[in-house]
Amino acid sequence: MLLGRVIGTVVATVKAEGLEGVKFLVVQPLDKHRRDHGAAIVAADAVAMAGPGELVYFVASREAAEALPERFVPVDHAIVGLVDQVTLSEDDR
Amino acid sequence: MKIARVAGTVVSPVSHPFFEGKRLLLCDLVDTDGSTQGYVIAVDVVDAGVGDEVLICDEGSSARQIFALSTGPIRAVIVGIIDEIS
Repeated sequence: MLLGRVIGTVVATVKAEGLEGVKFLVVQPLDKHRRDHGAAIVAADAVAMAGPGELVYFVASREAAEALPERFVPVDHAIVGLVDQVTLSEDDR
Repeated sequence: MKIARVAGTVVSPVSHPFFEGKRLLLCDLVDTDGSTQGYVIAVDVVDAGVGDEVLICDEGSSARQIFALSTGPIRAVIVGIIDEIS
């Protein structure tokens, strides 16, 4: 899992079966110091509480589909938690 | 599995039910020459501490076996604390 920041939402009325009701959010992956790192992705919101600007962590690959109520939906990234605090050791600050 | 060093902790007030009560550690992925190769947030099951060198299993079905679960959005789990690499 990696850190990310929610930077937008995606609405897709026409989508694959099983994705009805799944909320898609645009997430900017972050490095451990919360700086942007790599291209933005679209993740299913498996906690249904992530809003714009929120710091989150997300899981990738098949495990993303495991985060949703209905299994085996075609999803490869899913937000599985909001982040309150990341505490790094002294030498990492 | 991967070699990593625990760099810090992640506190999450709201998460998918699977992660409730689980300890999340932010770990630098480390190559044998000591260089870091990115990081991963992993669930800790061996009480690793910040600064520990650890073994991370980063594969879903193995991770789910650790928690005796058939389903769950889990991949990266800290499965060992490294004493020595030679």
